[in-house]
Amino acid sequence: MAVLIDRTTRLLVQGLTGREGTFHAKQAAAYGTTVVGGVTPGKGGTTHEGWPVFNTVADAVRQTGANASVIFVPPPAAADAILEAADAGLALAVCITEGIPILDMMRVFAVIRGGPTRVIGPNCPGVITAGQAKAGIIPGHICKPGRVGIVSKSGTLTYEAIHQLTRLGLGQTTCIGIGGDPLIGTSFIDALSLFAADPETEAVAMIGEIGGTAEEEAAAWIQKNFKKPVVGFIAGQTAPPGRRMGHAGAIIAGGKGTAAEKMEALETAGVHVVKSPAEIGAAVKTALRS
Amino acid sequence: MKIHEYQAKAILAKHGVPVPRGEVVFTAADAAAVARRLGPPVVVKAQIHAGGRGKGGGVKVVKTAEEAEQVAQKMLGMTLVTYQTGPHGQKVQRVLVEQGLAIRRELYLGLVLDRSTERPVLMVSPHGGVEIEKVAAETPERIFKEHVHPGVGLASYQTRKLAFALGLEGPQIAQAGKFMGAISDAFRGTDASLIEINPLIVTGEGTLLALDAKMNFDDNALYRHPDIKELRDLSEEDPLEVEASKYSLNYIKLDGTIGCMVNGAGLAMATMDIIKLAGGEPANFLDVGGGANADQIRNAFRILMSDKNVKAVLINIFGGILRCDVLAEGVIAAVKELGVRVPIVIRMEGTNVEKGKQMLKESGLNFTTADAMGEAAEKVVKLGKQETSA
Repeated sequence: MAVLIDRTTRLLVQGLTGREGTFHAKQAAAYGTTVVGGVTPGKGGTTHEGWPVFNTVADAVRQTGANASVIFVPPPAAADAILEAADAGLALAVCITEGIPILDMMRVFAVIRGGPTRVIGPNCPGVITAGQAKAGIIPGHICKPGRVGIVSKSGTLTYEAIHQLTRLGLGQTTCIGIGGDPLIGTSFIDALSLFAADPETEAVAMIGEIGGTAEEEAAAWIQKNFKKPVVGFIAGQTAPPGRRMGHAGAIIAGGKGTAAEKMEALETAGVHVVKSPAEIGAAVKTALRS
Repeated sequence: MKIHEYQAKAILAKHGVPVPRGEVVFTAADAAAVARRLGPPVVVKAQIHAGGRGKGGGVKVVKTAEEAEQVAQKMLGMTLVTYQTGPHGQKVQRVLVEQGLAIRRELYLGLVLDRSTERPVLMVSPHGGVEIEKVAAETPERIFKEHVHPGVGLASYQTRKLAFALGLEGPQIAQAGKFMGAISDAFRGTDASLIEINPLIVTGEGTLLALDAKMNFDDNALYRHPDIKELRDLSEEDPLEVEASKYSLNYIKLDGTIGCMVNGAGLAMATMDIIKLAGGEPANFLDVGGGANADQIRNAFRILMSDKNVKAVLINIFGGILRCDVLAEGVIAAVKELGVRVPIVIRMEGTNVEKGKQMLKESGLNFTTADAMGEAAEKVVKLGKQETSA
């Protein structure tokens, strides 16, 4: 089971011939992912590291039966790459690219919402199903198959959470890095809905950060709909207002989007909120026992 | 990216938004000359990247050119403190001299991206000229909103709804439609992240005009707007933050004593949080990015250590695929080269962790290693306190 990707996933790499695309395609294949080929406009018909390269996503899908793609395309062309993946009917498009103009992403979402393609990201570390497959840059060796789902806005903080769980002997089902941009394809609620329907996932670690109201919305949804234990952490408890903390979305503006508000909302919803990022793993362990 | 009011007005005027006549000047003599050209009364407005200038003494109405010169003389070089600048304030280096206008009404207009609907939202309020956050908190029913469809753009009926809600009448309805359309065009055409007109005034003659203007831009889209990129005023930014941005380092100076160097924004924030929980205060936010090569680490150290408040440093790098021996090598070289004397606690994860730790130990430098984040934070806070009392 697990969610989003697994052994049956046939992964296409958009931007395969670039440095990042090549490196992470190899890493994904080494982890056991079925990487079926790549797309680089103008290089169709060639092969790269043994994989066939196509000019368009549509060509690639026709010839390889790809059902998911991971996007390592530079920011000016990345929004277009997502639209192309959706147009070709892929079920999943994971966009790793950081720095896509927000109005480009607004147009992308105006087109794809309600369609069959789920977008993860952009500006995210991607998705990994422990022991099965990965689309993105999450290091495989820190993961261990198990029963905890992870959903997180942050990249390296996701690795931290995975690492803590693995060190405590707790494995993961699927880890989803949803990204820290103001507009993202898959929200906390979307990811939690997937985990709700996955019998293998018995608990979820949810990692948010300052800015926006996605965590508050997730809290309200959890209270009504989510029965499994959730452990929550919000990064940026000490962040000053008005300063953007790295991620485009991570800013406390007009007194809104503070960590305190988010933590309170999650606690009210019955989420086990930890103040310290070092306690995520231990809190999941406790939550699973109770 | 932020720009000055006079620059925002120039961009908006190009898109068809009516703005007052005026010119920016850098000297008091020029202020007098502009005042003469415009004909008094004129308004002298300090140009800094922060709101609340009026209350801080940064906006003055004057009746003669001589008075304009005196006021400009005073303003230029002064440090203006407003609720948005923080207690340190911001030095005024240019002033805008504008025609004085009779004001019948002060309204508010703002255009910003709304995350939940994934569309820009145009907001107006009949309560202009005050902090809009206050209006939103106290009388939210006095703020009217319309969302702009990414494909269709701002529709005429939407501008009419907002114009009537503002209590405008007669020819002002059509004027407001043009005004709002121009704002929406400017937003889309420049990849703005915020446009705020506060106040949007109804003049003595009954026409609409942007008396003040604020524009922020999406940093990610600046590559396609070289003209806007050129408007960046480095003197408005913290010099260390500017220096950091040259090396793709994301640095924000804070007031504490524990310097931190972390890869990834979320982990960097979480590291600040855990320092605070351990009883310390972070001196900065510093994200060295997904990788972290030797050159970046050296520059990061240099920037970190130019803050004299730093008593101890915590390096928290979760590399995954990063080689810890390479990281250790970079850190040792940087510390030797820069002569860093404060204690350094390193927590790193990735391949070859043990080899990396061994190298740090054998370097003979003031390193402490930690296996986990919590342990690292406690160690660095303790060392920082010893350093402070020493």
